[in-house]
Amino acid sequence: MTDFAGNQQIIEIVYLIASVLFILSLKWLSAPSTARHGVLAGEIGMVLAIGGTLLHHGIVDYKWIVIALVIGSGIGVPLGLVQMTAVPQRTALSHAFGAFCVTLVGTAEFYLRTPNVPHFMMAVLSMEVILASLTFTGSLMAAGKLQEVLPQRPITYKGQNFVNLFFLAIAIAVAIYLVVHPGAKQLFPLMIVVPLIFGVLMIVPIGGADMPTVISLLNSYAGLSAAAMGFVLNSKLLIIAGALDGSSGFILSVIMSKAMNRSFTNVLFGAFGQVQAAAAAGKEEKTVRSATAEEAAGILAAANKVVIVPGYGMAVAQAQHKVRELYDALTKRGVDVRFAIHPVAGRMPGHMNVLLAEADIPYDRLIEMDDINGDFPQTDVALVIGANDVTNPAARTDQSSPIFGMPILDVDKARTVMVIKRSMNPGFAGIDNPLYYLDRTLMLFGDAKSFVNNIVRELAGNSH
Amino acid sequence: MNSALIDGLFVFMLAAFIGFEVIKRVSPLLHTPLMSLTNALDAIAVVGAIVLVGEHKSNLSFILGVLAVIAATSNVVGGFLITDRMLKMFKSSRPTKP
Repeated sequence: MTDFAGNQQIIEIVYLIASVLFILSLKWLSAPSTARHGVLAGEIGMVLAIGGTLLHHGIVDYKWIVIALVIGSGIGVPLGLVQMTAVPQRTALSHAFGAFCVTLVGTAEFYLRTPNVPHFMMAVLSMEVILASLTFTGSLMAAGKLQEVLPQRPITYKGQNFVNLFFLAIAIAVAIYLVVHPGAKQLFPLMIVVPLIFGVLMIVPIGGADMPTVISLLNSYAGLSAAAMGFVLNSKLLIIAGALDGSSGFILSVIMSKAMNRSFTNVLFGAFGQVQAAAAAGKEEKTVRSATAEEAAGILAAANKVVIVPGYGMAVAQAQHKVRELYDALTKRGVDVRFAIHPVAGRMPGHMNVLLAEADIPYDRLIEMDDINGDFPQTDVALVIGANDVTNPAARTDQSSPIFGMPILDVDKARTVMVIKRSMNPGFAGIDNPLYYLDRTLMLFGDAKSFVNNIVRELAGNSH
Repeated sequence: MNSALIDGLFVFMLAAFIGFEVIKRVSPLLHTPLMSLTNALDAIAVVGAIVLVGEHKSNLSFILGVLAVIAATSNVVGGFLITDRMLKMFKSSRPTKP
């Protein structure tokens, strides 16, 4: 007996140390110079916590724990080695795995405890299971859309919001019934299945451009469900980890939706696709000026300050390494080259930074929107590669535009604007971009990767 | 409500505040690694699953527990691995001190 109690105290102290390490882990992530210590702290905390848990006096079967840990590691290693362009879908998939784990543990705990579940406990357990199951299918859907296994276009139909809210309402009604009657175990599966359906329906109307917000929101849900699990298991370590993850996801969601000038409810319930019909209607013939790679190279070589604006199109074309060659070629000629990063460029928060860092572009050249917008009037050339909506000046001026009010990169204020684009087709969101019709804008038609390559070759040719 | 739940609420509230303060300071440069790191830390849920497997109180809880340990462990291993890979890539153009 005393031995058991002693073990329990050791476990609690180990968990306390792990909690401290988790907080330090996130604290050290604040700057690139200390960030890798953060990973190490997190790893040590995790190993300590798992080791401490194995001391738990109730554990009689170690064999299957080890087997499961080994299989899990076997799945985890390839997931940790995916290409950097695949990081958004990998992240969505890992949210799904995390939510899967929480759903399973919640389910097991319910069947072990029913019907002796106190009301408050049952309320927390319901929250855990509902949040985790909708995060599970929602994240799988998001991963499918990002991997392009599923259609990326938002799918909308009449009464969609009503149907979605109806499913959510059923789940909550079942949860309330179970809180009052925790013995009604035949109803429990309903509380899993209905949110699973809701998770799918929730992501159906979401388009690719909204992914950064949605991934962040799912991240937050995953964290909150884990914190709820901490209440059920009375584990302060889990509550802390869940609260950290939940607040991280929440902060990112707020940043992302601010960067799109939209509210959460608007992202989740107001699919982007619906507003576009009106915007496309008033189309008139406008002329654009285009340029060749040779001309573009000449203008870039003559510039003093160049700002490159990367977007998701750069990632799709896998052009980041060619962009790095362009950066090198221009820097060697004494041109000051910087990158302007919009918060929602790409498919998840910080996506562009990772891709450019992978291409060995120094991170102090990657400048956030608010810090670089004031510099555009002094910029000789703004080179837009695969970005569209985040450069659309209509967001500032045109009240009828669906993206009106969204903060954008002020590339139209640069002396010359060059846009690499495959064709004049409006982008993913289908919104026309007045930037392309400005007198100072040159359109560079072609695939991002090969066009940048051509510019690099022209620059190399000129130097002889 | 018993005191354990009240304690839990206090812990949650404090941890959420710490989370807000700490994560607000994370540079947007590192938002992708932030998400993969918090995801790995969140997989601490594995401890609950390990106890389910080890205690083997019922066949259902055992099987669900094994699956849960597998799912969470893959997040732990994959999450830390990819976070470190990403962070390794971030280099400054200024010469770093040895």
